[in-house]
Amino acid sequence: MKLITAVVKPHRLDEIKEALQAFGVQGLTVTEASGYGRQRGHTEVYRGAEYTVDLVPKVRIEVLVEDEDADDLVDVVVKAARTGKIGDGKVWSVPVETAVRVRTGERGPDAL
Amino acid sequence: MNGANTAFVLISAALVMLMTPGLAFFYGGMVRVKSALNMLMMSFISLGVVSLLWVLFGYSLTFGDDVGGGLLGNLDHIGFKGIEPTSLWGEKPDAIPVLAFALFQLMFAVITPALISGAVADRVKFGAWTLFITVWSTVVYFPVAHWVWQADGWLFKKEVIDFAGGTAVHINAGAAGLAVALVLGKRIGFKKDPMRPHNLPLVMLGSGLLWFGWFGFNAGSALAANGTAANMAFNTQIATGVAMLGWLAYERIRHGAFTTLGAASGAVAGLVAITPSGAAVNAWGAIVIGLVAGVVCSWAVSLKYKLGYDDSLDVVGVHLVGGLIGTLLVGVLATDGVGGVTQLGKQALGAFTVLLYSFAVSWILAKIIHVTIGFRADEDDELGGVDQAFHAETAYDFSAVGGSPRSTVPAAGQAGASAPQKPHNKKVDA
Repeated sequence: MKLITAVVKPHRLDEIKEALQAFGVQGLTVTEASGYGRQRGHTEVYRGAEYTVDLVPKVRIEVLVEDEDADDLVDVVVKAARTGKIGDGKVWSVPVETAVRVRTGERGPDAL
Repeated sequence: MNGANTAFVLISAALVMLMTPGLAFFYGGMVRVKSALNMLMMSFISLGVVSLLWVLFGYSLTFGDDVGGGLLGNLDHIGFKGIEPTSLWGEKPDAIPVLAFALFQLMFAVITPALISGAVADRVKFGAWTLFITVWSTVVYFPVAHWVWQADGWLFKKEVIDFAGGTAVHINAGAAGLAVALVLGKRIGFKKDPMRPHNLPLVMLGSGLLWFGWFGFNAGSALAANGTAANMAFNTQIATGVAMLGWLAYERIRHGAFTTLGAASGAVAGLVAITPSGAAVNAWGAIVIGLVAGVVCSWAVSLKYKLGYDDSLDVVGVHLVGGLIGTLLVGVLATDGVGGVTQLGKQALGAFTVLLYSFAVSWILAKIIHVTIGFRADEDDELGGVDQAFHAETAYDFSAVGGSPRSTVPAAGQAGASAPQKPHNKKVDA
C-alpha cells in the first residue's frame, strides 16, 4: 500500500475530490495546512508597511491506495491540482506497512 | 426658540454619537485579534466617562463665561446648575435650547479622547487609560475647546477659524497621541513582528460610520439648518471622496496596490481636513483640501517607521497632520474674503498653540500616571493580549476545545457528564 499526500491550493480541493472519485477512490482525509515552497509566500501592504506572508493557506489531502494504483493516482491528483501558477503545491507517495479499518478490524488492502 | 434648528442639532448630536462606536470599529479592526476588544473599549468607555464629566463640570469649564484671559470657563454651571429645558443658546431667531447645544458639544468631548487611543493600541492598562482620559478631558480638552469655540475664548477672539474641530479635536488628539506614545514606548516587537490588521471589513464599517456621523459633526456645527450647514455637508462629502482617491493614488504609485485600509484611511484623513475649513471654502476648495490631505497623510503615516515612535494606528499621521492641513489651508482657500497671509498666520497661531499645549500637558500627565500607578501593561499581559488581561474576554471563539465554565453550578446537561457512562452495547466490547 501507498499513502499519497498532496499539499495543494485550497480552491483546487473540489476538482481533486471529483477526479479521485472518478478514479474510484473511496475515501480521503483533508486537513487545513499552511506552508511555502521555493517561491515563498506573498507580500501584503498596510498603510505602506509591507509584510511578507510566508505561510500561505493550503490543504493537505491524504489517500491510501494499493501499490499498483499509486503512480496513476499521483498523476490524477497532479492534473487536478495544477493551475500553472506558482504555489500549486506538491504530491508525494510513501509506502505504508499496514492499515486497519477500525470498525471491522480488516487489514491491508481489504481495509481500503 | 427655533424648532428647525433644534431638530437639526439634536439629530446632528445623535449622528456624532455614532462616530465613537464607528471609531471603535475603525481602530478595532486594525489591531491584532488579541487586543480587538480593548481597542473597542478604549473608545466606548469615553461615552461613559466624558458624559459624566460634562454634567459635573465639563460643560461649565468649556462654555461657561470666561474666568479671565480667554483660557477657561467659570464654574457657574457646575452640575448643570441654572440650565432648564427652556434655557436658550444663541441669538433669536436662531436660538436653540442650551441642552441641545450641550448634548451636541458633549459628543465632541467624547470622541476626542477616544481618538487618542489609536496611538497606544495593544499596550496600556485599561484602568490607567480611563484615568488618563478623565484628567486629560479636564485639563486639555475643556480648556482648548473654550479657547476655540467660546465667544470669549482667546483663539476665538483672535479670529482663528475652526468650524468643527480641526484644532480643538484633531490637532489636540493627534498631539496628545504622539505624547502618550512617546511616554509609553513601542509595542513589543514593533518593526519586527507582523502587526497586521485582524479585520479590514471592521475597519471599513468603522470608517463608513465615521463618514456618516461626520455630517452631523460638521454640518451640525452651524447650529442652524441653513446654507452654512448645507455648504459644510456638501464639502464634507467632496473632500472625503477626493481624499480617498488621493490616498489610493499615492499607495498605488508607492506600494503597488489600491488597499482597503488605504481607502478607509484616506476617507478619514479627508474628513479630518475638511472639519475646520469646510464652511469657509467652496467645492473646489474642498477638492484641493481633500487631495492634499489624502496624499500627505498617506505619506505621513510612514513617519513613525523613519522616526522610530510607535503611534500604533497613526493618530499623528491621520489626525494631527490632517488637522494641520485643514486648519492651515483654510487660511489660503477661504472664499469669503478672509483668506490670505494674515489669516494663514492666525490659523498657524491656533494650530501650533494647541499642538504645543496638548503635547506638553499630555506628556506630563501620561508620565505622572506612568511612574505612579503604571500606564503600560505588564509584558506578559501585552504578549498574551490585553483583552484577556483587562476584560476577561476574547473577541472571537476560534477553538472547539477548552473554555469550560469555571462556575460551581454545572451548566444544563453537564451534570452527569463526568459520571461513568454505561456502555450502550456490551457485545462490541466482548
